Amino acid sequence: MSNRLIDLVNISKSFGSSLILDEMNLYVQENEFLTLLGPSGCGKTTTLRIIGGFESPDQGKVLFNGSDIASLPPNKRQVNTVFQKYALFTHMTIAENIAFGLKIKNKSKAYIQDKVKYALKLVNLDGFDHRMPDSLSGGQQQRIAIARAIVNEPKVLLLDEPLGALDLKLRQGMQYELIRLKNELGITFIYVTHDQEEALTMSDTIVVMNQGYIQQIGTPETIYNEPENAFVADFIGDSNILGSIMLRDELVEILGVKFACIDKGFGENKPVDVVIRPEDVELLSPNETNLNGVVTHLIFKGVHYEMEVEANGFTWLVHSTKMVPVGAFVSIAVAPGNIQIMNKPVSEDEEATAIDE
Amino acid sequence: MNKILHKIYLFLILLFLYAPIATLVVLSFNASKTRAKWGGFTFKWYQALFQNEVILEAFYTTLLIALLSALFATIIGTIAAIAMNGMKKGSKAAFMAVTNIPMLNAEIVTGISLMLLFISFGMRFGFSTVLFAHITFNIPYVILSVLPRLKQMNPSTFEAALDLGASPVYAFFKVILPDIFPGIISGFLMAFTMSLDDFIITHFTKGPGLDTLSTKIYTELKKGIKPEMYSLSTLIFITVLILLLLVNKTPKDKKNKKGSLQEEIIL
Repeated sequence: MSNRLIDLVNISKSFGSSLILDEMNLYVQENEFLTLLGPSGCGKTTTLRIIGGFESPDQGKVLFNGSDIASLPPNKRQVNTVFQKYALFTHMTIAENIAFGLKIKNKSKAYIQDKVKYALKLVNLDGFDHRMPDSLSGGQQQRIAIARAIVNEPKVLLLDEPLGALDLKLRQGMQYELIRLKNELGITFIYVTHDQEEALTMSDTIVVMNQGYIQQIGTPETIYNEPENAFVADFIGDSNILGSIMLRDELVEILGVKFACIDKGFGENKPVDVVIRPEDVELLSPNETNLNGVVTHLIFKGVHYEMEVEANGFTWLVHSTKMVPVGAFVSIAVAPGNIQIMNKPVSEDEEATAIDE
Repeated sequence: MNKILHKIYLFLILLFLYAPIATLVVLSFNASKTRAKWGGFTFKWYQALFQNEVILEAFYTTLLIALLSALFATIIGTIAAIAMNGMKKGSKAAFMAVTNIPMLNAEIVTGISLMLLFISFGMRFGFSTVLFAHITFNIPYVILSVLPRLKQMNPSTFEAALDLGASPVYAFFKVILPDIFPGIISGFLMAFTMSLDDFIITHFTKGPGLDTLSTKIYTELKKGIKPEMYSLSTLIFITVLILLLLVNKTPKDKKNKKGSLQEEIIL
């Protein structure tokens, strides 16, 4: 409880008639790398803007170290933001850009100079002081935007899809860079992205959002391995999601075939959703299990082969390092531990009606 | 072959456009009083011009009105452009249309309606009515040259300044203003030029006793053409030409070539 830095309590926000956030509750711990992940329009950016002070919630509290800052303007908050399109001041040099916040705080010249040097070193752009923003590449501009934010020593750094405009290679490099920065600075990062890979790579905690609701909060491992509902399973990585029946504890019927699993407590003969990751599907010789099928597609993906297998009316997505040719007959096996049982999303209907109102 | 045709065509166009002005300029240096023959090169009409106190007073009035109207129009227009930039698409388009109409409207209609407006408010015609009229027709030009600048700006820039601790006012002067300044300057010059060479609207709103250069030339011409008027017209033409060159030079748009002032006005 003591290290809850930011606490969002019952936050609701709508623009015109569309409800963006509905009674959201979320807390952020000190020194955490928290990622808000979701498709566009899920409310993740709005959440970030509420924390940054650029939007005020229609209702609810924004607690920062225990005190409500919901009505505090952005220039009075101890958070700094890295914007999606850098938003550098184009008529100022790099050094002036970075010094912008410090000058407002009336810091001494020597202090500002030291800080600018330090910040440039931190983002690996030594000696760029007198360059103009336009002369820098996208990746460099983004680093300057980060440097400009962190010289102010914020308690929290907000990042709004900061890598969205960069190409793939650069993006991967910047991911490691961000992790390193966070560790060196020891401050809280709140990161917004729609890229699940980015979220899995960098975060301590991932908050999966959809249509203004939090779908699941957890570590990257739990989000990936134990998705709580079909939306999360589908959004994070590839997956086979099947409507199934939980016959009893540790036994589930998928496509008319009984599978052993390790989940309990769902009751008997209860309809559930089952998620099986493509890399967890094993392909065996025909009739080794009761689920037989035929390979219909095969693509080489580098690390593995991606195959599609038609079995009992369902197209299974399979990742495997072993190639099985198109047209081959196979049977499908899944280890009990790799079958993830989820409750049917009763809540999704409720959410849909709530948004219609 | 084609190239030669292109050049001839272009030459003809320029000839038709500039032949009258060239005639005027040549005549302003003609020592003979008649237009029919060349009596040698002289500066005497220019000298006479600068000794003519009535002309000089008209010149002073013109300059003062141009400066003041451009200044006020720039302030009002810039603020209007910022407000319009923050509007939603629908209302922005509506405001844009409203701004465009006075520029496309026949000047005589604008002139007469302003005159009627001033009469209905019971205002005395004179310096202030002309100034008000000029501010009015200058505002759209400022809006049109500032708005593209604002559109080019990253909308997060202002928020970034706030985020770094700037108050909204500080952020405006430190971050927004320098970015749109070239647009403001070209808007000012445009407004200045428009005010400088306006005749029709001034004619309807000035009242007796006050004259700008253009209205002065008009009344002088009615009395018979004096060669001083050639030199005066030549000077006005050159001034406007220089101003227009300045206007075209100010927006140094590397990225957005579409943002040029002329195209916006044609739209």
